[in-house]
Amino acid sequence: MAVLSDEIIVSNNMQPVRRRTSPVFDQGFRWASYGSALIVLAVLAGIIGTMIYGGWPAFQEFGFGFVTSSIWNVGGEQFGAWVAIAGTLTSALIALVIGVPISIGIAIFLTQLCPSWLRRPVSTVIELLAAVPSIIYGMWGLFVFAPLFANYVQVPLTNIVEGMPILGTILYARVPSGVGMLTAGIILAIMIIPFIASITRDMLDQIPSILRESAYGIGCTTWEVVRHVLLPQAGVSIIGAVMLGLGRALGETMAVTFVIGNANRLSLSLFDPSSTIASRIANEFNEASGLHMSALLALGCILFVVTFIVLALARLLIARVKTP
Amino acid sequence: MDTVIDNHAPTAAPAPWGRVRRSRYLADRVLKIACTLFTLLGAFVLGWILLMLLYEGIGGLSPAVFTETTPGPGTQGGGIANAIVGSLVLTTLGIVVATPIGVLAGTYLAEYGKGSVLATVIRFVNDILLAAPSILIGLFVYILMVQPMGGYSGWAGGVALAIIAIPVIVRSTEDMLRLVPGSLREAGAALGAPMSKVIVKISWKAARAGMVTGVILATARIAGETAPLLFTALNNTFWFSPTLMGGVSNLPVTIYQFALAPYENWRELAWAGALIITMSILALSVVARLILRKDRVR
Repeated sequence: MAVLSDEIIVSNNMQPVRRRTSPVFDQGFRWASYGSALIVLAVLAGIIGTMIYGGWPAFQEFGFGFVTSSIWNVGGEQFGAWVAIAGTLTSALIALVIGVPISIGIAIFLTQLCPSWLRRPVSTVIELLAAVPSIIYGMWGLFVFAPLFANYVQVPLTNIVEGMPILGTILYARVPSGVGMLTAGIILAIMIIPFIASITRDMLDQIPSILRESAYGIGCTTWEVVRHVLLPQAGVSIIGAVMLGLGRALGETMAVTFVIGNANRLSLSLFDPSSTIASRIANEFNEASGLHMSALLALGCILFVVTFIVLALARLLIARVKTP
Repeated sequence: MDTVIDNHAPTAAPAPWGRVRRSRYLADRVLKIACTLFTLLGAFVLGWILLMLLYEGIGGLSPAVFTETTPGPGTQGGGIANAIVGSLVLTTLGIVVATPIGVLAGTYLAEYGKGSVLATVIRFVNDILLAAPSILIGLFVYILMVQPMGGYSGWAGGVALAIIAIPVIVRSTEDMLRLVPGSLREAGAALGAPMSKVIVKISWKAARAGMVTGVILATARIAGETAPLLFTALNNTFWFSPTLMGGVSNLPVTIYQFALAPYENWRELAWAGALIITMSILALSVVARLILRKDRVR
């Protein structure tokens, strides 16, 4: 006890002036962090506000017909969003159909099959896929993937399905250039894989290992453990991860702009060029004015509402990773 | 542990069930092979993209790339020096604006707000902004800054990038602060330190590595963003004005414009730029991971 108080005296002698935090700083710090947190809210409100404000003239001019009309005539000032909306939904859906099984497969590989020394490097490689800029995916898609896709998939497939019912429409390439809806969907699938895979991996990791080990203990195969124990346990969270991937796919811009072909045309063929909301905004906004600009902002408004709903669902479904 | 359990019954056990065992074995095999192939596919695509960038970009890398400005249509040679510097300026501006706001907001969520209704709402909104389409942020800043200021500017570009970086920093700051044990804070408070001092001297210090990682990852995220710059900083083929008013040249938009151009030297520069930007971003991402891992080991 005595020793302790000696030390305090010594240290007091060495630093005679005790630094006090002023109450003003303490309160200021609290308000600064409070204010910064409110900025996050303000940004979201600002985005919604500007989209509605900017898109209002278009909504007023065309009413509900803006959503259902597929005419997009810049010169004639006739604007309808349907082609872009359909393109956005279709490309995102293709991305999910291709990307979700692959993502879940990667997550299962990382958590169940991978030897522990390989786990970290493989995880890093998959996560780095998310770090590659969108524009690089666009260049890869347009200059490398599209020509290969045209030569080795579109041309042979078109020859096979020509004249067949249904397939002859869906998989028929009028101009086998490699760009189009399916290419955009494939590129989007690759881009959303790291997001879905890493959340699914975290969710599978959180499942108590006793469950897994019990299942193996009664003689289940890995497939049965995955199918009957892991997936049901993680179920809702995986749907949340898929929704998050969907949100990303809906709003992805640059990569899609490179490979979708940017045509305002409704087509039943997956090989035909089309547009998405984001690609249309990226292509036309800088040259737009008046009603045209307003129509693009209205498109942005629709995109925001859709992604907001999807991401909000994702957020509600993914049980946040618990911290100890 | 997995591997021990994985080499399980089907091959070793006697087979009184005949066909049943066979189908189980087959389903298991298919799952394992498919999962391994999918993972290889992911790694393969990353490798393919990197090889493409090296193959197409390395030929275009010359000293001129780093010293000369972007060439006009139809002129020979040229570099992307102005775009590289412009990108550095815009990214720095974005991160300088975003870091204090993001760190303080993350601190609010982890230290002050915690489970309150406001904090829950902000956390929710932040997670949505984290994945919100970046092109919409470009539109927002266009209406907010470019229209009122009467033209494109580097400031608008910086703000657009900051808005993308803030959610990343908020999330990582909060997650890292939550990992700091409450007993450390209580110890500080017991010594009579006010809340702000406990946060700055104890929580921030303990979570430092993770917070730095968050800022680096945010930098990596915004360095390659193209869509929000299209309507804010636009682009420029000359050195930009020191006041950052008017178009500010930057790598992503330059790559976008040059890659689709009909001039051979433009395309070469686009590939060189794509190589530079991707390698920088991947390096930043790897460094961020290493910092965090080193901290965990210690």
